[in-house]
Amino acid sequence: MSSTDPAPARTQTPGEVLLSATGLQKSFGSNMVLRSIDLTVCRGEVVALVGPSGSGKTTVLRSLNGLEVPDGGTVAFAGGPSVNFGGTVSGRELSALRDHSAMVFQQYNLFPHRTVLENVIEGPVQVQRRRRAEAVQDAEKLLDRVGLLEKKDQYPFELSGGQQQRVGIVRALALRPDLLLFDEPTSALDPELVGEVLKVIKDLAEEDWTMVIVTHELAFAREVADEVVFMDGGVVVERGHPDQVLRNPEHERTRRFVQRLLHPF
Amino acid sequence: MDWELFRSSFWPILRGGLTGTIPLTLVSFVVGLTLALVLALMRISGRRLLSGIARVYISLVRGTPLLVQLFVVFYGLPSIGVVIPPWPSAVIAFSLNVAGYAAEILRAAILSVPKGQWEAGHTIGMSRRRTLRRIILPQAARVSVPPLSNTFISLVKDTSLASLILVTELFREAQQIAAFSREFMFLYLEAALIYWVFCFVLAAGQGALEKRLDRYVIH
Repeated sequence: MSSTDPAPARTQTPGEVLLSATGLQKSFGSNMVLRSIDLTVCRGEVVALVGPSGSGKTTVLRSLNGLEVPDGGTVAFAGGPSVNFGGTVSGRELSALRDHSAMVFQQYNLFPHRTVLENVIEGPVQVQRRRRAEAVQDAEKLLDRVGLLEKKDQYPFELSGGQQQRVGIVRALALRPDLLLFDEPTSALDPELVGEVLKVIKDLAEEDWTMVIVTHELAFAREVADEVVFMDGGVVVERGHPDQVLRNPEHERTRRFVQRLLHPF
Repeated sequence: MDWELFRSSFWPILRGGLTGTIPLTLVSFVVGLTLALVLALMRISGRRLLSGIARVYISLVRGTPLLVQLFVVFYGLPSIGVVIPPWPSAVIAFSLNVAGYAAEILRAAILSVPKGQWEAGHTIGMSRRRTLRRIILPQAARVSVPPLSNTFISLVKDTSLASLILVTELFREAQQIAAFSREFMFLYLEAALIYWVFCFVLAAGQGALEKRLDRYVIH
């Protein structure tokens, strides 16, 4: 792997555990949104978190990088930081966790006062202290991959939703994280723009990026995910291979959910 | 129109503006704005004590007349043994006053930046401080320019109060010339005209600044 290639090394042993979250719990007031969730993500694996609104799937995702601080449980990267949320958690611990992952948001959350290129190099230059020229070269390569190189000097407001989300993905990739987190990456998009974003994510899956994706796009989940985790009411109801969970679910709740999404009326 | 009086009074009054009003305004505004940022951050820190102190301070400043604040600093403090000359007294009073008003403007501007911007900063590995400096404040600045311009323009005019604590500035010059020429109407209108020109220029500057800061939003 050359120093400017932002793709992760392929020499990793497949199946090696990258991240394990155990016993995640979270309440908002009297509302218990997570009741002891366990999640294991192996290197190169794509995990899709699916479930109805309010099932806790986004909270699980946000707990993995400390945007949400659970009331209990641990999140640990193999050979990296391990954070126990039972006690008080320092900002330092949270940022150690964040050093290993990058997130793509439903609302993109690009920095509106920065150009596309500046959005992408902000993390590498300001946080990772990489040389600016090198970061720019990386960023341009990544932008080119998602077809947005010619937009590099434009501001986010000049881009369509699909383009903004592709920049959001590039901003995450530029950090060279071990793990990519996607929080309903296509839910805010106009229907005709969903495809261009899903295609980028699918390409990343084929390149063996490790990803956790919260999504309502079941067809997409079935195509790219190695494992589907179905959550409802703050618990994992069912997990397994996408064909099994999404085609022949064992549980009634999963079956109803899949039916509802496939046949809305 | 008494051209002779205009010719002989214009320069002294303008000079009062250039050497009194403008430096007094600029120094007080910069100091006040710096304090205001500290107060605004205290208010949103989530720490009860810090936020309480800032809240009380802002309430005191906004709940008492500027003239009284000025008099407390210049005429009041000497009775407890603290004697401060006119110019520094004016800077202290105006800065503390501006801080109280601008703090609320900055607080609102910071809170107007969507929470997702903080989260995006955090997920690319930035600390709170760095996210504030590089992501949040630049966006808050854009929002706060119009209300801060109001504060600034008010301050230009409010500095005329400094004439009451013997600071030589635009209005005091006009007063002194009026006192011996007895042409009150003429000289006070002349002073008013110069204040208006100052403020007119500032308003134009505000427009240019807003335009520059608006380059990254939909028009």
